Amino acid sequence: MNVTTIWNWEYAFLVFPVIFRAMWVTLSATLLGFVLALVLGLVWSLARRSSFKILSWTVGGIVEFIRSTPLLVQLFFLYMAFPQIPYIGVALDAFTAGVIGLGLHYSTYLSEIYRSGIESVPKGQWEASTALNFSKTQTWIKVILPQAIPPVLPMFGNYLIVMFKETPLLAAISVVEMLNVSLIIGSKSFRYIEPITIVGLLFLLLSYPSALLVRHLEKRMKNRYSREKKKVTREEVTL
Amino acid sequence: MRIDATEKLQTTTVQPHEQLKPIVRFMRVSKSFGDLEVLKQIDLDIAPGEKVALIGPSGSGKTTLARMLMTLEKPTSGVIEVNGELLWHKEVNGKLVPADQKHLRRVRSNIGMVFQQYNLFPHMTILRNCIEAPILVQGIPKDETIKRATDMLERVGLGDKLDAYPSQLSGGQQQRVAIARAVVMRPKVMLFDEVTSALDPELVGEVLEVIKDLAREGDMAMMIITHEMDFAYEVADRVVFMDQGYIVEQGSPKAVFENPKTERLKSFIRRFRNGV
Repeated sequence: MNVTTIWNWEYAFLVFPVIFRAMWVTLSATLLGFVLALVLGLVWSLARRSSFKILSWTVGGIVEFIRSTPLLVQLFFLYMAFPQIPYIGVALDAFTAGVIGLGLHYSTYLSEIYRSGIESVPKGQWEASTALNFSKTQTWIKVILPQAIPPVLPMFGNYLIVMFKETPLLAAISVVEMLNVSLIIGSKSFRYIEPITIVGLLFLLLSYPSALLVRHLEKRMKNRYSREKKKVTREEVTL
Repeated sequence: MRIDATEKLQTTTVQPHEQLKPIVRFMRVSKSFGDLEVLKQIDLDIAPGEKVALIGPSGSGKTTLARMLMTLEKPTSGVIEVNGELLWHKEVNGKLVPADQKHLRRVRSNIGMVFQQYNLFPHMTILRNCIEAPILVQGIPKDETIKRATDMLERVGLGDKLDAYPSQLSGGQQQRVAIARAVVMRPKVMLFDEVTSALDPELVGEVLEVIKDLAREGDMAMMIITHEMDFAYEVADRVVFMDQGYIVEQGSPKAVFENPKTERLKSFIRRFRNGV
């Protein structure tokens, strides 16, 4: 192999399928982590609104703590430190630790998005629910969340893309996702240019169209929202 | 004080309301927001089926009174009774303790409310707006609820809008849906909180007609907060004038509007006559 050539096509074609296969690990870590983040994020935001102060403060503290520490540290903690904790420690395989780490970390951001969505539901919707004698749970499920979530879907989409681009961090705890595979290939052949470039291109190939899609969704939501808003302002003027 | 208020409307309840046990009683009810006392020791009874119009300048406490009855605001002191039961309190071993959620929900089921801003659920069709609560909260079978809601929506002139969404309707239409939604629950007391104040002037009439139509039926008590004096005159059995947190004067529409006794009510009515 000629070391002086900057880019060797033959070599690139050789390693591409190997890296491409590892994309499924990247994608499944992203999706599983995201689902976990969606569920936990909702739990956090509901718990923080609880009138039971001990619960809301505890959860508030946990959320702030997770958000203020680096994901990489959390990943190492889950993978290396957590199994050593007496009584509750369990050894996690690298992939599971990675998914939990990603999901937990991003759940704290998503909980803020849920919060903004919930707060954007007009107070009158809560009052109408009380007037119709809905229970707390019925009010959440039937009235508040169906209005709180659709407008923030684009923001969820943005975080999905951010999360996807953060998955190479999982290489640090030996998850064989795309970056890790390319590093392994590189260390064997001492050529890093092709494999790492391919990883970058694959990320670009997936995240750029997704970003466009999210932007499109955002625009549509914004149009819908401003239409509704315009109507409200008119009503307020006639008061 | 109240003379022939019922004649005017030819309501089905012919007997004088004061002989019935009140459906709603406010007893020495006060409410403060911070340092501001908006209601001061209010006593007010509403008889079953009675139509009470609350009038008065803004900031007089009318809306707060209704909101406490709907459990949207908590009284600072005093008690409210609905259908013979305490609303905000429970009696435990002869002592009054704050009511829990379950108690509130049970007593609240007697009351319905229509808001100034309609507050329809924008993500549901008109029909679903009207059937969701009766099915979920009252456990009425779906078929029956749909029939009830459809009849009611037809009655308010929106039988052809069942599948429309609130944003596709005019303000007046939305408010008529809101009224239908509340009536389908068949509350014993219905609160109307300035339901035409947010509407363009040409849409006010259609909403008032719907309320008059309901009032004629007679069996539902109504507490109507309004700035439409002609409407109050026509629909109410009793008009209550509030100012600065007090009930200043009350009586039959005739007595209140044609023969006001207090200076405050006189000047309030004068201002309305002059079209302010």
